[in-house]
Formats: sequence, C-alpha cells, structure tokens
Amino acid sequence: MIGFWSVPLLFALPLALGIVSLLAPPAWRARLGLAGLLPLLAASIAVFAHLVLDGPHTYALGNWNAPLGINLAVDGLAAGMVLLTAVVSSLCAIYAWVYLRDQPASSSFFWPLLWFLWAGMNGIWLAEDIFNLYVGLEVMGLAAVGLVALKATPQALAAAMRYLLAALLGSLAYLLGVALLYASYGTLSMAGLQEAATADVTTQVALALIILGLLLKTALFPLHAWLPPAHGGALTPVSALLSALVVKGSFYILLRIWMVLGTEVTPFATAQLLGILGAGAVFYGGWMAWRQHHLKQLVAYSTVAQIGYLFLFFPLVTGTGPEAARLAWDGTLMMLIAHALAKAALFLSAGNLILAVGSAHIGHLVGISRFRPMSLFSFGLAGVSLMGLPPSGGFTGKWLLLNSAILSGQWWWLIVLFLGGLLSAAYIFKVFRMAFREGPQVDHSVTPPLTLDVTALMLAASAILIGLTAHLPLAWLRIGSPFGAG
Amino acid sequence: MKPRVIFAGLLSLAIAGALGWAVLERTLPAENLPERVAQAMPLSGVEHPITAVLLNFRGYDTLLEIAVLLLAVVVALALREAQPDRPERMGLENPLLRAVMAWLLPLILITTGFLLWAGAYQPGGAFQAGSVLAAGGLLLRLAGVTTAWLDNPAVLRTGLAMGLLTFLAVGLLVMLPGVPFLTYPTEYAGALILLIELTLTLSIGLTLISLFRLTPPYADDPEEARDQPSSRNGGMAS
Amino acid sequence: MSGALVFAWSGVVLFSLGLFGFIVHRHLLRRLLAFNIMGSGAFLVLVGLAQDGRGIDPVPHAMVITGIVVAVASTALALVVFRRWYRASGRTDLPEDT
Repeated sequence: MIGFWSVPLLFALPLALGIVSLLAPPAWRARLGLAGLLPLLAASIAVFAHLVLDGPHTYALGNWNAPLGINLAVDGLAAGMVLLTAVVSSLCAIYAWVYLRDQPASSSFFWPLLWFLWAGMNGIWLAEDIFNLYVGLEVMGLAAVGLVALKATPQALAAAMRYLLAALLGSLAYLLGVALLYASYGTLSMAGLQEAATADVTTQVALALIILGLLLKTALFPLHAWLPPAHGGALTPVSALLSALVVKGSFYILLRIWMVLGTEVTPFATAQLLGILGAGAVFYGGWMAWRQHHLKQLVAYSTVAQIGYLFLFFPLVTGTGPEAARLAWDGTLMMLIAHALAKAALFLSAGNLILAVGSAHIGHLVGISRFRPMSLFSFGLAGVSLMGLPPSGGFTGKWLLLNSAILSGQWWWLIVLFLGGLLSAAYIFKVFRMAFREGPQVDHSVTPPLTLDVTALMLAASAILIGLTAHLPLAWLRIGSPFGAG
Repeated sequence: MKPRVIFAGLLSLAIAGALGWAVLERTLPAENLPERVAQAMPLSGVEHPITAVLLNFRGYDTLLEIAVLLLAVVVALALREAQPDRPERMGLENPLLRAVMAWLLPLILITTGFLLWAGAYQPGGAFQAGSVLAAGGLLLRLAGVTTAWLDNPAVLRTGLAMGLLTFLAVGLLVMLPGVPFLTYPTEYAGALILLIELTLTLSIGLTLISLFRLTPPYADDPEEARDQPSSRNGGMAS
Repeated sequence: MSGALVFAWSGVVLFSLGLFGFIVHRHLLRRLLAFNIMGSGAFLVLVGLAQDGRGIDPVPHAMVITGIVVAVASTALALVVFRRWYRASGRTDLPEDT
C-alpha cells in the first residue's frame, strides 16, 4: 500500500509543488518549498523502505502493462537514486532558502525550477521505458538550463545557451537511437528489449547513437566543454544540484541501457574506449581544475574529472568474470553516491568561502582559515572523499574498482585511480595552501548564516559516513540488479 | 576549407552512412505492438488509436511533455523578471488587419473546438487545437488588440498551469479505488480524456502565446542601445 | 530497399544535413534551425520505419507528437535565452566560438 501511493507521488508531488509555487506570490515560494520537502522526503523514504522490505517490483501506470503502457521499475538502484536525490536536493533547498534571500527577486523562480528538476530526476530513476526516459531527460535538462540561466548575467545566459545546445544535440541522438530500437524490436520497455536483443547492425548503430548522445549530456571528456561555465557560473545551490545529481541522470541511463544491451551487443573495444575516455577525463579534468583561479571553476573541473571514474564501469563489467563485474558495479555506485554528496558539499562550502571573502578568486582566500574554519572543514572533508582517502565513500569506491581491475587483469586502470587521486589532492590542497597562508590581504570576513555552513557540513559528513557503512547501502543497491541481492 | 567544415562534413557523412546501414539491415520486430493497441482500443474511451496512446496507454509521457512545455514558460517568466522589459508596444495600426480579425477570430475558435473534438475519432487533439488557438492569440497581438487579462499574472499563470494541474489531479483521483496512477475507469475514460484535453488545449494555447510575449519587445536592441528607443519604433503604434 | 522506407531515408538525410549545419554555423538562430531540421529527420525515421506492412502503428505517431511538443518547448526556451543573451551582449553567437 505504501509503495502503491508513494511511487507515483515521487513525480506527481514535485510537479504539483512546481505548479503551486509558480502560482504563489514570490515571497511564499521559499516557505512553500520548505513545507514541500517533508512529504517528498517521506515518499522517497517510503519507496526505499518498501524496496528493502518487499524486494523489487514494477508499477504499471494506467494499469497498462508494458509494452502497451509504461512501467516504472523500483529496484535497488532506482530507489537508492531516489533517496540520494531526496537527501541532496533537500539540503540544497535548505541552503537555497537562506542563500537566495540576498539574491535578486527573480531568483525565487529557483523554486518552481527545482521542483520540475526533481520530478524529472525521479522520473528518470524510475523509468523502465526508453522513450519515457527521453521525456524525463528533457524535463530534467530544460529545468537545469533554466536554473543556470536564472542569474541572467551575460555569462550565465551564454553558459545556459551552450548547455542547452549540448543537451538538445544529445537528446536528438538518443531519440534516434530509440527510433532504431523500436523499429527492430517493437517495444520500448527495457525488459522486453533485454529479452529480444541481438547483436545486429541496427542495434549496434542505435546503441552507438544512444551512447554518443548520453556522453554529450554527461559531459565526458572530450565532450565536456559546456560543463565548467554552466556549473561554475550558476548560483551556488544550483551548481551543487547540477554537479551532484543532474550529470548522473544521463550516466544512469547509460548504465541501465548498457546492462540491458551493452554487454551482449557491443564489441569489447567500445567498453575499453569508454574507459579510456574516462581516464582522459580524470587526467584532463584534474589538470584543468588545478590550473583554475576561480574557486567554483576549480570545483566544476573537478566534476569533469570525477565523471571519468564512473566510466571505468564499462571496461570492468564487460567481458569480465561475475565477481569482477559485481565489484565494478558496487565500486561505481559507491563512487557515484560519494561524488554526489562530496561535490554538493564542496560547491556549498566553496559558496560559503566566496560569501565570506566577497570574491571568487582563489588568491583572495589568503588567511581565511582564521575566520571561517567550519567552511574550510567541510571543504576539506569533501576533499578527502574526492581524493579517495580512507575512510570516505570515495575511498571505498576506488578500493572496489581497484579490486575489480586486479581481478579482471586490467591493471592499467590502477594507474588512472592512483594518478587521479594525486591530481585531486593537488587541486584541493591548492585551495588549502591559500587559506592557511598568513597574509595582509584579509583581516576581516563576512559571516555567512550558520544554516549555510551546517548544510555543507552535513553533506560532507555523509560523504565520509557512507564509506564507513558501505556494505549496507551496497547490499540494498544490489536488490533486483543483475548481481543479485546480498 | 575551415577544419570545422571538414569535421562537420565527415561527421554528418559518417552518421548518414551508419544510419543508412542501420535502416537497410533492420529486421522486423517479433513483438506486434499495433496489434496490442488494437485489442485494447475498446477499453481506451476514445476511437482514435493515436489519441488513445497519447492520453491513455502512454498518458504519463504526455504528462511529462506538458511539464516540459510549462518549464519553457517558467524560464521565460524568470528571465523577464531578471531583465525587465518596457511596456509592450507591438502591433500594427492597420484597419484592414482589424477588420479581417473580426472574421478570422470566430473561425479560429471554431477550428480549435473542432480539432479538440475530432481528436477522439480522427487526427486532431489538444496540441493541434492549442496551436491554432495560439495562432489566434498571436494575430490579436499583431493587430495591436490589448489583452489586459493576459497581463494579470495570477490569471495568466492559472491558465498556464491548469492543463498540467487537471491532468495530475485526474491521475491521482482515479487511484482512490486502489488502481495505479492514471488508470481511468473504463466507463468514464472518454469523458476524463476530453476534460484533460480541453484544459490542455487552453493551457497549450496560452503557453505558446506567453512564450512570444515574454521575449524582449525591443529584441533587436542590445543593452547599450535601449536608452534611445524613440528612434527605433517610429513606425510602430503605441 | 523498399519504397515504404522512403520516409526513413529522407529522415536520415535531413538529420545529417541538420547535423552539418548545427556544427558549421555560429549564428545561434541558424543553429536552432539546424536543430529543428535534425529533429524533423529523427521524427521521420521514427514514423518511416514503422511502415512494415502490418498496418499503421499508432505508437510512433504518438511518440512523434510528444517529440514535436518537446522540440517546440526546447526551441522556445532556446529562443528566449538567445534573445536575452543578445540583448545583454549584442552578440548573435557564443563567445570563444569564433
């Protein structure tokens, strides 16, 4: 019964909240937003609890089963993403509630856009239908573009435009892939596709188009150019949401489709190529992050690098033994969750530091350690997870990936994991070196409201905690996955 | 030739080649979805299969699609508030246009109603009807007819949201007997679909009109030129 | 090659032409037009491939209607952002794109 009501509420509730907050007077939008967090959080927890207690299930919308209708699939991964979205978005929303007070009145449109974004993401996590995923991608993508444009400065508009063009191109490539798949299999349901899939040319071209489109949307190197201006230039809570969750949306679809089609249909070389691009992202993103002078641009390039780790999934899961594949699955999901929590924390604490010194330039952080230790502490905790130091989630994820690479005999990915960690350390310590340097530049700082520091700290702490208790979430995430429960 | 042109040419040729190959090699599906649609038609509440797919079998897609449309207006509203525009002065002071409008407008409204109604048994439906409605709204705007109620944010936004709100409400209310989201009871399916389509038509029409109204009226004037508008709009009515 | 696939073939050509334009052009309006040509190509492939002699398949038609609405919304959003960008900067292309 709880699953019956809470599953549709996951998208119906944010859509309704989006409409109501559009109709509400601007002053009410933030209050309404806070009020709306509770039921949505409750529905997300209910769906997750339902999954843990009763196992995976499908939900046939309109009581029409796939392939005629659209199914929603609640398995460990979907419910886990729903819960992750709920946690990160709620904390970002609480941050935004305080942060947006000092922004122009037009930024109250953050709220309707946030709700639509949330509905789009939940739609993607639950989708079991490849065309429905396309519509979900567009809801999420257009909401994200709107959030980037919200600042309405020329830079923000240009970043939004660039982001939109990339997103549109990616969607069309994806849609064309869907068209070819439908033409060959006569169904849009992933379960149906998995049963029918054969490695013929049409399927391979379709999969190639889908992969290309989703790589562009996920901003995998070398298709990442749109990401740093969009993520680095947006309002701080928006940057956190985009980097933590939105880029994961298209990656999630890629992972799902790979599990349905990829392991049988694609040549071995494709998986290796995706891994190599991921490695390129880790190196290039880390290097570029280290070279940035603008704090939020540094964090944005760090996202480009961290996305790269997720793509090690493909070579480690394709054509390898079941144990290596299971480790790759666990490791990738742990990296994904840890990055979502840590990157949101990193953006929020970077935003706090920027508020404190009144400048986004890293050089202006000199001496800030005396005034804003808490912001720096959150930044550091999140950094620990990004660097992959124990006991963080980032460490656990890398450890699992490392074991998977050893087990499948693909030692070359170890270099990526190791050097990537060093590069992350380089750019995180670049910020710290400035912050702890004693200098004449700063002898005062603005004190941001406590809420801003607390939300950042909570996210950073969860990135560490998830690493300490990793076996439990990982066991839940395997429910209903190809790797079995347990 | 510039490298970009060569790159674009090679890439689009490669895509065309791959796509062409995929189309050639396509094998017919084992699954026969049209057959399933045909079998379920009597339960759908409408007689036209495309409408049945859009609003019943795959109604969830349409729900999200309307959200996408609404999103575009939300962003447009946000950007107008961030970058305020001067009062709109678009419109041609042309008596002929106004006279033609008096004839056209009723026709447009009738066509809208027809397309909406026709959707139940032949090509037509909410989006087509909404587009025609929006065309009527644009003609009104071009003729310089002021539509004061459209400038009232509460009225406008309620109208914009009504379609999605009705769709959501119907989807949730039908769950009360204990069936999944969007499961219309068979005997009311036709009426519920018509209700949803009616509100969608109005909302889609308003959405498209608003998207035109929410772009900067002095679109051709970059920021620095905005301070001398009088030199620009000489020919425009006020 | 069967005659029934003529729409799918036209779709392939349109998509590739649109892609070429999308990459080559810098003016944002031209790129949006190219995007819409690509979209029409994708829709034609979707509908055209469904002509397989088993009668009309309504599902791709419904998908195309949904796709068109999404494309309209995306194009409108792009135009709104473009016009605001143009008003703020006086440029019709994106920086670093010249």
